[in-house]
Amino acid sequence: MIGITLALGIALGYAAIHFKVEGNPLAAQIDALLPQTQCAQCGYPGCKPYAEAVASGAAEINLCTPGGDEGAHKLAELLGREFKPHGGPVVEKVKVVALIDEQTCIGCTLCIQACPVDAIVGAAKQMHTVIAPICTGCELCLPPCPVDCISLIAEPRTPQNWRWKYPVTGLKVVA
Amino acid sequence: MSLPHLFRFPGGIQPDAHKKESSEQPIRPVPLPARLAVPLVQSSQGSARTIVTVGDKVLKGQCIGEAEGNAGTAIHAPTSGRVTEIGRYPMAHPSGLDTLAIVIEPDGEERWIAREPLDMASASHEELILRVQASGIVGMGGAAFPSHIKANSKIDTLIINGAECEPWISCDDRLMRERSADIVTGARILRRLTGARRVLIGIEDNKPEAITAMKLVVQAAADDGGEISVITVPTRYPTGGQKQLIRVLTGFEIASNQRSSSFGVQCFNVGTAHAVCRALVHGEAMVSRVVTVTGNVEHPGNYEVLLGTAVADLIELCVAKPGTERTLMGGPLMGFTLPRLDAPITKSSNCIIAASNTLFPPAPPEQPCIRCGSCAQSCPTGLLPFELYWSSRAKNYDGAVHYNISECIECGCCAYVCPAHIPLVDYFRFAKSEIRARNQEKRAADQARARFEARSARLERDKAEKAARLTAKAAETRAALAANKDAATDANDAALIAAAVARTQAQSQAQPPASGQNGGATPPEPSI
Repeated sequence: MIGITLALGIALGYAAIHFKVEGNPLAAQIDALLPQTQCAQCGYPGCKPYAEAVASGAAEINLCTPGGDEGAHKLAELLGREFKPHGGPVVEKVKVVALIDEQTCIGCTLCIQACPVDAIVGAAKQMHTVIAPICTGCELCLPPCPVDCISLIAEPRTPQNWRWKYPVTGLKVVA
Repeated sequence: MSLPHLFRFPGGIQPDAHKKESSEQPIRPVPLPARLAVPLVQSSQGSARTIVTVGDKVLKGQCIGEAEGNAGTAIHAPTSGRVTEIGRYPMAHPSGLDTLAIVIEPDGEERWIAREPLDMASASHEELILRVQASGIVGMGGAAFPSHIKANSKIDTLIINGAECEPWISCDDRLMRERSADIVTGARILRRLTGARRVLIGIEDNKPEAITAMKLVVQAAADDGGEISVITVPTRYPTGGQKQLIRVLTGFEIASNQRSSSFGVQCFNVGTAHAVCRALVHGEAMVSRVVTVTGNVEHPGNYEVLLGTAVADLIELCVAKPGTERTLMGGPLMGFTLPRLDAPITKSSNCIIAASNTLFPPAPPEQPCIRCGSCAQSCPTGLLPFELYWSSRAKNYDGAVHYNISECIECGCCAYVCPAHIPLVDYFRFAKSEIRARNQEKRAADQARARFEARSARLERDKAEKAARLTAKAAETRAALAANKDAATDANDAALIAAAVARTQAQSQAQPPASGQNGGATPPEPSI
């Protein structure tokens, strides 16, 4: 009996040390469902902080604006909570990226500090520019700009991101 | 030679071939159009970087766009003339989107740039591969995959695809009948590049003239080490699909996430082999291709078309008959309706079909699926199209992925046999592009997450470093103060304190106590 106890104790002790789960696995699962725009429209400084808040029960599941109702549905399914519609205005999901008007930019670096994904390059008194493939379109760079030289443009359509339409069934004329 | 053992792929269909309409006329040249708009993107993997400017005079075959990156392929002036514009022009794509194109106004002289054939005996493997890339050779069967990448792999069996299984198309058939010598030379070069032990040229049995022509050349040129055989394969759509032909000739079944080269097999179209020969042996870059123009036209046939020629010019040349409703690029099963006729002929456009409602009756209205299972029996990749259809229709993309929608080659067999006239391929194309978009979004989200976390970590680190720096500085200041204090003697301090106390006392004695209670001006602090 003592032998079994010891053996199991050692096994459990070993498992507790070597198979320790780093971080909060639920928060990571929630984070995986969030759109990673890092736009902070939920009131948290990024997607991961929001995921942690949702995991701990501190935040509602319907605060993510880019995720919208679809995202709230996914979170409701994952967490077994009741679905709540996203309260805010329903925005059409068009991917946008920031564009700096390089003629107007004064090189103040304020947008660089605001960008949550480091998608803006530039230096003090040098022209800044947006690395479009990295930009998430979060709009956080717009308010700090003192000269309003940043605009959001829709991502250009290319054969790589062009999509086939849902087949439309023709109606049959019966009379 | 013993008859090779052929394998079978599941499913497939045998639609009416409709090849005779176009295959009986020899390949004809096309008069020079007023302008040629050559798109910079001509391959599925990369693009070219323009190296000419507006106003430049160019010669036929002169490089006007360098290969960009390893997977890029070069583009060349299809005729001699002047570059009049580098701008956005429609591309040969179902979307009808624009792309950058170099517009050349022909001078009518068709003057070639100096052709520099490679000395095949002395050229090294790298030189040959570089020349294939610099000549802008991509797969001409439709996928436009850069040939220099495929030719740069070591394999055992080289397959030359002359099956041409799709109805109406006959450009490969004519090419094999008329230019079989070049094709076989190209196949030999490809064999040398890939180190293949054997070369199998697969041709469907509905092209007896092509088979005879190819066999003649193969037999005439007594072999130079290594076997080349022309193999007649049964006519069954889609035998000309790369994976299907590999299956028929070798028996290998290749999954969508595998490359045929890992099985020691590589497949090239006959057109590609021909282009390789022209480029390496004759020094001619890829500037034109054979295109079948057929369907509802007065003069169907095969034409040697300069790249960048507008489809409208071809249709005009062949004279569309009244009743032409739409124009297809590619075959009727795998092709697509061109949204605009000013789209150019590219390296992968093999066929233009003027479609009338008589030749291609519009599909009857879609009816509910009756679960007959005909689609599953016809699917050459062994999928369950009805399952894919239900998932795609319900926009249940996980379901579609579960039933391996990525394996679908969009051959259209299922839609062809469907008794309910469901446009199955349309649903699959829709679901595939949605899944692709979803995956792209996922990748972008992962990237954004990683960047956000890296930035957060950096900000944290900066904060910690700043705090450490401040602490260190404070400690330093304190140490400096302490050092100063040591220098001053305690006696000095005591004297200073005594003096201060004496001053305070003197001030309080000088002022009457009442004024202090009145809240008058407080005595100034004794300054040390």
